[in-house]
Amino acid sequence: MKAMNIVNAINDALDIKLSEDKNVVVYGEDVGYEGGVFRVTEGLQKKHGVERVFDSPLAESGIVGTAVGMAVAGLRPVVEMQFCGFIYPAFNQIISHVSRMHNRSRGVYKVPMVIRLPYGGGINALEHHSESMESMFAHIPGLKVVVPSTPHDAKGLLISAIETDDPVLFLESKRIYRAIKQEVSEEKFSVPIGKARVLAQGTDVTVVAYGAMIREVQKAMIMTKEAGISVELIDLRTIYPLDKETVTASIKKTGRVIFVGEEPRSFGVGSEIMALANDEAFLHLEAPPKRVAAFDVIVPYPRGEHHYMITPEKIFYEIERTVKF
Amino acid sequence: MFDQFDPADNKMFQVIDNNAKVINQEWMPQLSDEELIKLYKDMLFVRTLDFMIVSYQRQGRLFTYPPNYGQEAIGVAAGAVLRKDDWLVPAFRELGAWLAKGVTVKEIFMFNMGFEEGLRFTEANHVLPFTVPIASQLLHAAGIGYAAKYQKKDEVAFAFVGDGGTSEGDFHEALNFAGVWKVPVVFVVQNNQYAISVPVKMQTASLNLAIKSKAYGIKGLKVDGNDIFAMVAAFRFAHEYARTEGKAVLIEAVTYRRGAHTTSDDPTKYRTTEEEKEWELKDPLRRMKLFLEKKKLWSDAEEERITEEYKKEIDRQFLETEETVKYPLEDVFKYMYTEMPQDLRDQQIEHEKFLQWKNARK
Repeated sequence: MKAMNIVNAINDALDIKLSEDKNVVVYGEDVGYEGGVFRVTEGLQKKHGVERVFDSPLAESGIVGTAVGMAVAGLRPVVEMQFCGFIYPAFNQIISHVSRMHNRSRGVYKVPMVIRLPYGGGINALEHHSESMESMFAHIPGLKVVVPSTPHDAKGLLISAIETDDPVLFLESKRIYRAIKQEVSEEKFSVPIGKARVLAQGTDVTVVAYGAMIREVQKAMIMTKEAGISVELIDLRTIYPLDKETVTASIKKTGRVIFVGEEPRSFGVGSEIMALANDEAFLHLEAPPKRVAAFDVIVPYPRGEHHYMITPEKIFYEIERTVKF
Repeated sequence: MFDQFDPADNKMFQVIDNNAKVINQEWMPQLSDEELIKLYKDMLFVRTLDFMIVSYQRQGRLFTYPPNYGQEAIGVAAGAVLRKDDWLVPAFRELGAWLAKGVTVKEIFMFNMGFEEGLRFTEANHVLPFTVPIASQLLHAAGIGYAAKYQKKDEVAFAFVGDGGTSEGDFHEALNFAGVWKVPVVFVVQNNQYAISVPVKMQTASLNLAIKSKAYGIKGLKVDGNDIFAMVAAFRFAHEYARTEGKAVLIEAVTYRRGAHTTSDDPTKYRTTEEEKEWELKDPLRRMKLFLEKKKLWSDAEEERITEEYKKEIDRQFLETEETVKYPLEDVFKYMYTEMPQDLRDQQIEHEKFLQWKNARK
């Protein structure tokens, strides 16, 4: 075991896969020599060589499109988009090829590639650096979308993401990159894609969250504890395929569900959780399912971000209202 | 070859003229009589198949199709050069290359009838499915080239795009990546003069399309795409260069789409009969046929006999395809992921329940 933050854990997962599978290559803007702007790939080029860990030209469509070709030809590329808001030039590749090549070729060509994507707000960044767009990717048939919230899960999920034969969008919350430290095994292990985790057992209300929001919910749970409210917290870990079974079982148990997310509220992952409560647990509901998510606005510049970000107080406020409904 | 026909001088590489006279003996490719006849027959087969597909489309028996008429030499020449392990990264107008790589006539029918099944390419090796989003496939070729280099495999990727595609960002990104990475990719622009209705002069202010190679530090060559000998020689040279030097090449094959962009297009709206007449003289089959006739290797009678044979065989395969091809419900779901997520399975089951209900109502 070793104390790791999420940056260390992702680096460790990449190191393990680069060491054991010669088909794994890692590239993107500043990824090689410098080790990425967040230093996630630091030291990997030195250890594994410039042919396997390298800087690419500055072109997101190019990075993703070439990875499709590499994957089709038998490699397992792991590419980094420097910031979430820079991924848009690659959308054509993601929607038209990454997600479709397997289906289009009737399974002849697999696309085992991972797109690593630092996402989310709360770091006082420039415009285009703070978005949460997991719903957009989850809405594209053919992709898997993964969002870890802890160093342990980041390592285990990335190993699974590299090993699955399907393309994976791997969202890394910048805000918690270094904020959470945890004892993580230095050995290889994996966390399965498509399985949520119940982080806290409770009886009054189910809270569904992922990524950086887990920590905010946990802070809110100090307040709920004082208020005598028993919260069951579910970390989705994977957005698609969604672990409907775990979420449904919990809603049936507590009779109440609140989704906490960082992305714009409408048409999002939260909407899907609301639909799930409706479809699968309708007769068990004691209160209307509720979304605590961002406004349907562009992420404000840093001075306005405090209006936008979800706080523990706001989460507590909605939990209390739902429980008292 | 690259120095002799520098795109900066706007020179076009040709071997024969419009009357099939050899004007460039130095670069006349070595071809036996059998090989010569095979090249011509391959072009004739492509043209026959192409015409018949258009005719099936007119009968409402298949959907939209992009004809190859007038551009047959490019695909056939590529097909003559590509080896089994080389990669073909197509756009959608390279019929001769697909067939040479092992794509079957039935698969082509199935694709144009509206079945993904036609892209399975069961007998072909290293052929990517046809690409609709223009120029996006070129990046795949650059990635394949990287993989070949990294895995130390003796493989070259041939990637196709049209003249309109050279305006897309992915075209430039692909040439740039391939240039920086030094990978064995031959990018082929079929400059057929029009992107649907837009003439090539409205796509670019460049002297020609091959010259764009210079910006990316790779070799470029402008070739008469209707001269089968020039195309074979250029592809052989580019293939060998990519293979041995491990570097990318951009080839502009100058040609003319004698047919419509697709069966939904009407070219009379945007081009003149004079222009079409002019290109008729440059037609690749006409020119090669003249060449073979001079060598007494071909005749009208032979052409008629073979064309009839091809037509019969193509029609037989078409009827067989029509009779056998099916689209079961499970195929809608089955290939989305390597293992079907539970949610998709549930959606299929839900729909099957509806179908049972529907059938019970009858």
